[in-house]
Amino acid sequence: MSDEKKLCLSGKGVTKVFGVGRRKTVAVDHVDFNFYEGEIISIVGESGSGKTTLAKMLLGLINETEGDIYFQGEKRDIGSHRKKKKYWKSIQAIFQDPFSAYNTFNKIDTVLLDCIRMRGGGRLPHEQKVAMMTEACSFVNLKFAELTNKYPFELSGGQQQRLMIARIFLLKPKILLADEPTSMIDACSRATILDMLMQLRDEIGMTPIFITHDIGLAYYVSDSVYIMEHGRFVESGSADEVILRPKEPYTKRLLNDVPKIYEEWDLSTV
Amino acid sequence: MKHTLRQVFQSGKFLIGFSIFSFILLVVIIYPRVITDPPLQIIGQGTFFPPGLYVNVYDSLNTPYYTLNLPNATRNRIASKLSDEDRQAIKEWLTAVGISEDQIDVENTAQLLEQWANNYDPTLRVPGMTNARRNYFIRLNSSLSRLLATEGVSIAVRNEETGELEEIGAVTQTDYVNASQVPNVRLLLLGTDNFGRDVLTELVVATRVSLLIGIVAGLVATSIGLALGLLSGYVGGVVDDVITFITNLFIVIPSFVLLILISFSIGQNQRGPITIAVVIGFTSWVWTTRAVRSQVISLRNRDHVNLSKLSGYSIVHIILKDILPYIASYVVMALILQISSGIIAEAGLSILGLGPRTTEVPTLGLMLYWAMIYQAHIFGKWWAYLPVLITIALITFSMNLMNTGLDHVFNPALRD
Repeated sequence: MSDEKKLCLSGKGVTKVFGVGRRKTVAVDHVDFNFYEGEIISIVGESGSGKTTLAKMLLGLINETEGDIYFQGEKRDIGSHRKKKKYWKSIQAIFQDPFSAYNTFNKIDTVLLDCIRMRGGGRLPHEQKVAMMTEACSFVNLKFAELTNKYPFELSGGQQQRLMIARIFLLKPKILLADEPTSMIDACSRATILDMLMQLRDEIGMTPIFITHDIGLAYYVSDSVYIMEHGRFVESGSADEVILRPKEPYTKRLLNDVPKIYEEWDLSTV
Repeated sequence: MKHTLRQVFQSGKFLIGFSIFSFILLVVIIYPRVITDPPLQIIGQGTFFPPGLYVNVYDSLNTPYYTLNLPNATRNRIASKLSDEDRQAIKEWLTAVGISEDQIDVENTAQLLEQWANNYDPTLRVPGMTNARRNYFIRLNSSLSRLLATEGVSIAVRNEETGELEEIGAVTQTDYVNASQVPNVRLLLLGTDNFGRDVLTELVVATRVSLLIGIVAGLVATSIGLALGLLSGYVGGVVDDVITFITNLFIVIPSFVLLILISFSIGQNQRGPITIAVVIGFTSWVWTTRAVRSQVISLRNRDHVNLSKLSGYSIVHIILKDILPYIASYVVMALILQISSGIIAEAGLSILGLGPRTTEVPTLGLMLYWAMIYQAHIFGKWWAYLPVLITIALITFSMNLMNTGLDHVFNPALRD
């Protein structure tokens, strides 16, 4: 990492409000953040704290109600479909539930070919496309020859999530938003997935942003941690600083909620 | 796709519905190719000829006669003219004019008829007898003449010059003709209607036209409903508000009232079957819109739609590839229901006299309309309306059955 840190994604007063009048819900409430290139960032919070809404705003899937998001130091402009498409070449996502992330009517080939097309390789000869897909699959320990002409729902959850990473391998985005990438798969596959993401980061030099409820995972992987409660960032800083010396009671509670093997669990709610 | 189809055809309900529907469809396609009579040709002079085999009398006189000595011939002949009811009526008359009951034997035809011939007087007024009953006895009396005659009848032609009858042949009671040798025989399986048209031929064509009306109405309704539902559900915002407002407006107004008003204002001359179908379609898209909208709203936030967006696809592509396939089974089911309700709506409109104009094509509704206008149901001319009702019932039953079958396949909550 160079000493001079380059800003890749930042926000000022980003707010999302759903509904109007009495049914108004503030999902994300004036958050400020600065994500630097090359860092690994984690946004930690419990269910309903607004993490996923924030992620969707960062991805440009929903519009922010208030505030500005800056991409590589400049104000993000995704007004038209073409600009959005350009933006999505730089930022991609991995979703929480691999079982619902694929269109069940499309074959695996379609999923991967979409990525090649997105990178402008739509007119490449077929052999080259197959070679690219094979490379991507072997990166995540899948065999393309076995996957071709299959449907995503024929794979296991871990395989589906790996396929999602193969997608990212083909797309080579600058930023990757991983929204609870390991919460729906078993503990063994979990380490593999994280490992692959880290490997991918080194390979293509992207900035991963983890969205998670698992503070242990956040500590394990990230450089900076943002703690989110009820739509606000209550604490942020480097991973060591936040997790080893938490200031906020909410952070302490999150830390206490991490299940431990050798201690009795405290199941009482705060 | 193949798998889904196999699953669908394993559903018993769907299979039964599909068989009935295919049978109707086959009859509608094949029948007009075999029997090429124009469906609206008026062949019968008079209303509501009963179902049966019609043999030309003139032709049968000119075909070879065969003598068959059948034991029941006389009894059958008498029974067809003199039913048990008539015998009781004769007894009633005879007791009224003062013959004691033990002298009357209703089973002894010869004696009964002799007593009748001796005692019946059309001018006699029996106290307490209605005029209708009197007329009945007059008709009975005329039908009884020559009932017990054993000789044959002569065939005579009128001499053109002298005007006298010249006998050219005779028919005895044991003469038969072979129906297959008679050149003009017409089987009217369902008789004729009030205009004297063959009901069966008309029914087949009417079924075809009604199915066409149903399909056009269903397609119109489903495409409007689908387009508005997709637009309103996926785009959301102001578009959604406007479309939902219009939809709610149409829900408040009963669609049948709207249908009646539109059909009436179009006017008799403009009302062809397709026009009626389109009007039906335009008044019944509301529920499809609502259902599609709510499905799309739940679909548009799914991750696979987000993934498609991140892959840079346009709205049109996402709607066609990521939303439509997920609601396709639902839309097909809605289409089936729309078709069957379109057929019923046409029948309802026609019964009110607001159906397609009548001179060109028959529809199931129009057949019911005419049967009702000519009081077929009051006179017991069942063949004019019952087959139509059964056809409507079968079509809608088979379509609803198919729909239930599909529901069982596609709705996980109903799967066993």
